[in-house]
Amino acid sequence: MSIDDRIAADQPKTFKFTAKNEKEIKRIIAKYPKGRQASAVMPLLDLAQRQHDNWIPMAAIEAIAHRLEMAEIRVLEVATFYTMFNLKPVGKYFLQACTTTPCWLRGSDEMMRCIKDRYNIASGQTSACGRFSLLEVECLGACVNAPILQVNDDFYEDLDYETTGALLDSLEADKPLPAGSVIGRSGSEARGGGTTLAAVKTGKASKSTAKKRGSAHA
Amino acid sequence: MLKDQDRIFTNIYGWAEPGLKAAKARGDWDGTAKLLKLGHDEIVERIKTSGLRGRGGAGFPTGLKWSFMPKEVKGRPHYLVVNADESEPGTCKDRDIIRHEPHKLLEGCVVAGFAMRSHAAYIYIRGEFVNEARRLQTAIDEAYDAGLLGKNAAKSGWDFDVYLHRGAGAYICGEETALLESLEGKKGQPRLKPPFPAGVGLYGCPTTVNNVESIAVAPTILRRGASWFAGLGKENNTGTKLFCISGHVNKPCNVEEEMGIPLRELLEKHAGGVRGGWDNLLAVIPGGSSTPLMPIDVCADITMDFDALREVGTGLGTAGIIVMDKSTDIVKAIARLSYFYKHESCGQCTPCREGTGWMWRMMERLVQGEAESHEIDTLEQVTRQIEGHTICALGDAAAWPIQGLIKHFRPEIERRIAARHAINAVAAAE
Amino acid sequence: MPKLTVNDIEVDVEDGSTVLHACEAAGIEIPRFCYHDRLSIAGNCRMCLVDMERAPKPIASCAMPAGDGMVIRTDTDRVKKAREGVMEFLLINHPLDCPICDQGGECDLQDQAMGYGLDGSRFSENKRAVDNKHMGPLISTVMTRCIHCTRCVRFATEVAGVPELGAIGRGETMEITTYLEKTLTSELSANVIDLCPVGALTSRPYAFTARPWELNKTESIDVMDAVGSNIRVDARGAQVMRVLPRLNEDVNEEWISDKTRYAIDGLRRQRLDRPYARGRDGKLHSISWEEALKTVAGKLRKAKASRVAAIAGDQCDAESMFALKSLMARLGSPHLDCRQDGAKIGGARSGYLFNSTIAGIDDADALLIIGSNPRVEAAVLNARIRRNWLATQMPVAIIGDNVDLTYAAQWLGVEAALLDDVLSGNNKFAAKLKKAKRPMIIIGMGALTRRDGASVLGRARQIAEAYGVVTDKWNGFNILHNAAARVAGLDMGLVPGRDGMDVAGMAAAAKAGRLDVLWALGADEIDYSDFASSFVIYQGHHGDAGAHHADIVLPGAAYTEKDGIYLNTEGRVQYANRAAFPPGEAREDWAIIRAVSGAIGKSIGMDSLAEVRDALCEAVPHFAMPDQIDAVKWAKFGGRAKLSSKPVTSAIENFYMTCAISRASETMAECRRAQQADAKGAVAAE
Repeated sequence: MSIDDRIAADQPKTFKFTAKNEKEIKRIIAKYPKGRQASAVMPLLDLAQRQHDNWIPMAAIEAIAHRLEMAEIRVLEVATFYTMFNLKPVGKYFLQACTTTPCWLRGSDEMMRCIKDRYNIASGQTSACGRFSLLEVECLGACVNAPILQVNDDFYEDLDYETTGALLDSLEADKPLPAGSVIGRSGSEARGGGTTLAAVKTGKASKSTAKKRGSAHA
Repeated sequence: MLKDQDRIFTNIYGWAEPGLKAAKARGDWDGTAKLLKLGHDEIVERIKTSGLRGRGGAGFPTGLKWSFMPKEVKGRPHYLVVNADESEPGTCKDRDIIRHEPHKLLEGCVVAGFAMRSHAAYIYIRGEFVNEARRLQTAIDEAYDAGLLGKNAAKSGWDFDVYLHRGAGAYICGEETALLESLEGKKGQPRLKPPFPAGVGLYGCPTTVNNVESIAVAPTILRRGASWFAGLGKENNTGTKLFCISGHVNKPCNVEEEMGIPLRELLEKHAGGVRGGWDNLLAVIPGGSSTPLMPIDVCADITMDFDALREVGTGLGTAGIIVMDKSTDIVKAIARLSYFYKHESCGQCTPCREGTGWMWRMMERLVQGEAESHEIDTLEQVTRQIEGHTICALGDAAAWPIQGLIKHFRPEIERRIAARHAINAVAAAE
Repeated sequence: MPKLTVNDIEVDVEDGSTVLHACEAAGIEIPRFCYHDRLSIAGNCRMCLVDMERAPKPIASCAMPAGDGMVIRTDTDRVKKAREGVMEFLLINHPLDCPICDQGGECDLQDQAMGYGLDGSRFSENKRAVDNKHMGPLISTVMTRCIHCTRCVRFATEVAGVPELGAIGRGETMEITTYLEKTLTSELSANVIDLCPVGALTSRPYAFTARPWELNKTESIDVMDAVGSNIRVDARGAQVMRVLPRLNEDVNEEWISDKTRYAIDGLRRQRLDRPYARGRDGKLHSISWEEALKTVAGKLRKAKASRVAAIAGDQCDAESMFALKSLMARLGSPHLDCRQDGAKIGGARSGYLFNSTIAGIDDADALLIIGSNPRVEAAVLNARIRRNWLATQMPVAIIGDNVDLTYAAQWLGVEAALLDDVLSGNNKFAAKLKKAKRPMIIIGMGALTRRDGASVLGRARQIAEAYGVVTDKWNGFNILHNAAARVAGLDMGLVPGRDGMDVAGMAAAAKAGRLDVLWALGADEIDYSDFASSFVIYQGHHGDAGAHHADIVLPGAAYTEKDGIYLNTEGRVQYANRAAFPPGEAREDWAIIRAVSGAIGKSIGMDSLAEVRDALCEAVPHFAMPDQIDAVKWAKFGGRAKLSSKPVTSAIENFYMTCAISRASETMAECRRAQQADAKGAVAAE
């Protein structure tokens, strides 16, 4: 079955949300007014993707359609409209490299070259080892910390050829570097400490950007 | 330079904790109930007086926008929707508010929501901001636990809920009606207007969609007074603003500054100046990718505010400043933006769906000079064919950067075409 | 009523109109692709841009509500440029394959490109190519031609009520498809072909068979159901090439069912193109008309009138039925019937018509369906119910098969006794009927062909009277027929005369050896095994059940091959026109009967169709009122006996095969196979 080249040819026959996710679904649907459960379609697609190795099989599309009383085609429309939904398998480390102008001006080509040198993959491809998939993406919205490489959920910022390499090393070892700026910026302040708010600065620059807090799904 | 005590976002760099305790220490949630005592219309009035203009790009007066909401809640509930789908290339300010100052946003939701007689806000955050969404959800949970949200929010007597909704990768959802469609569980395709969201918005109910920054500054404006805010910046361009300075500066950064600050001062004081010095500047995109670029001569004494930038044929937009020095392949820089718009076109309406792809392909050829000179005119005409003819502003946004390029760098494009022709001629002769 | 100025012309338009309507009211044509009167407004093609005073940019006239005092201009340079620009965008990725495109000659894009297109292309990039999509046996797709107007998506979702079409992807990679390329499950699916403004969706059965300009176009009436859809029959020579809908706001609007459109390939197969007689070997042998008339005349002359009977089929034209009735009268037989299915209807017209009229569905505010599946029995009419439901959420309930009607319907059950419960107020739906201002009941043949059909009808009448279904201003009591010929037959009294037998009586008589001759005019839906002892004269156009059991076959004309009058389920008189000639030696049916009457020396007179019509209209005057529905009086009808415990069902299970023509159609067979394969696939997936 290869209906469309955006959709994986090999599809599992069934998909079932885990008990934990079923609970989560209830919580998500409750956010929207009664009868507006279709609003939950994107959160549910995200949930399915997280449950299913970072890609959404058609069986999940159908399960979600059924669950939200939507037509299957409406769910598929949504799943193909938004770029974060993967309808084909991706590697364990999904490298989403921003190459839009602000990142490009700051050397995203070097970041891309590093990935290419390592895995000989272009956007849309997966490394021979199967663990790294690369996708060139559009502006990730962290332009003053450019260039950015998003690895699964985490942003790595201020990269160049060498630091990209170090990041990939850490991923290969399954010991990912802490997310955030690789040159030690706590946020979007100017390199070296910023020009404002000195009085407010407590001295202990928080590196908590990467810390995962709270619920996994908003 | 803006004094620190006049800065609204005192933890914009995350030097302190984002949590409720630290936020309260910074002054958030201070007398929220008292602010609400002003009454719905008085809050709107004061925001109007402050001169706050929408921080999402269009610069529409925020108080005026709020005043479009019906003055009475009839059968349909009112909604506040916060646009946190920050995706305009060059823009990364809302991300910082969300991860470092989430309580400013939440308190803003209560204040703004109350002003427009709504009991619920949906915050639509772009999907890629996974950790930011977690941070914001944590803040929401904290606020509920502390009684700042939910029934009798912040002991104001007003019930107010805040829900977080994550996007999934679509720039177009930053367009307010596309955002509403997306929030309703559909493709993010902009709606036809009229009807406008204030009449028929989320779930067909009266809705106002505001940018994160616009909402987050509201409590501080009310606390410190509309005249304080109005006293900063310039007339009709008041207050402070988060600027994002990216590209070829020595130290890219976000910074809160006064509206109307001269561009050069902004770059030199906060971003370490243009790489290689001011004279090495080629061009600046002043307000996110859709605003036309300014060459160095325009940059020299331009101030960063809505009106001044409009006068020179560009705009303040989101205040996402993209700096390009003389090493920049300016044609390629704009071609990459053309690709962005092609990629992000929702596909709904003809000029944008067909035109963005056409423009990008022509731009790619111009990067290499693989074109005829007259095609520069064709390209310029194509931008005019898109501009003003689409359902939403994405068509315009795709057209403007190219118009800016042709206006200011036509000789560079022609030079490339000539060079390529020369090479091709030699190749043909061999 | 807003007053606008369009190009200096002042126009008043209805409230709720758009600027586009205002322009049309001013006599100014506005080009458009996505806009369609019967679909929601998408505003996506941008072809209809016009200038509005004080607007900074041109506005989409299709989407802009007309406001009082608006000043619109459609003739400015800016509008001209905008349209040319949009047209250029539509064409850059549209293939230049008009010479091999079936839409050629009737293509909106082609036509409008003449008006607004440039003479050359400035597009020097590669054109986009899009994979074709499977949508079932009826719709052929060339998706590279698609201009993304989404008319098809909106039709499927809104009108057909099957949200199966969508646009996946986005931007320039947006593609129209069904979910994983499944077949559309609508009885109205092929209307998307008419709606498609380009050649992206074209007719699969008609593919590459003809060009529009070589076709003879005849306005006519459909007989595949009792809606009486207005159609245009396009023929080339003797061959009907296609059927298209014709606008009639009161009947089918501008839709037709897939069967109406596509059963026509059945007209080319299994045709009776000359007379046949059954030989001693039990097989049919072709004979001459002379022999045929002689044989038939001989049989009729010999038989006692009381042992001769006639049955008219479901697709007969009124003229031939009237001729048959006249013949039976001349013979002196009272045994005639037009109700093959044994429906217990007749007598007072209000007891067998769709009294509210089809357009009246729009006004109903509650609906009880008894023994009918309007989705398959009258697909176009069902879409009208759906539209009302969509707009008003009108409560609908079913007694009968629990089927998906494309709108929410409360299933009360299958027991006929539920009618008693509703009547006594002892049913949850009774309150909704009571509350309604214009309640409606639709009774299908599934409920009326039962042994207790008369009592079902009577009970429905009682409910109607008790619940305000029938008032001075409103009559929501509706019989939904499935046979195109039925109402005409009943109106002219093609039912048993004094001491006459109905179909069941004839069958019983035949089984008892008391029926010598049966004249079956296009009757293919009766059980012929009952008539084994009778001499069966089958007059019709297809080698179907009737011909299979006939002793002699008189080849007649199908509905596209003769002028004829049909009365639809509302009692609306409609005149069909001949689009092609009957094949071979087949003849128009009234003429065959006239010839037989002459051959037996009991001429019915009426030497031309005009004379038949004169006589018919004299006998039943309202047949002379085309497109009218004769007023009816409410009367007592139906029985009062106890209702049987047999479940109430609907009369049609297989939408695609309901008559000799559709059974002969390969296209309909293919649709049926696709439908069954999908049903099987769905079961497997469970």
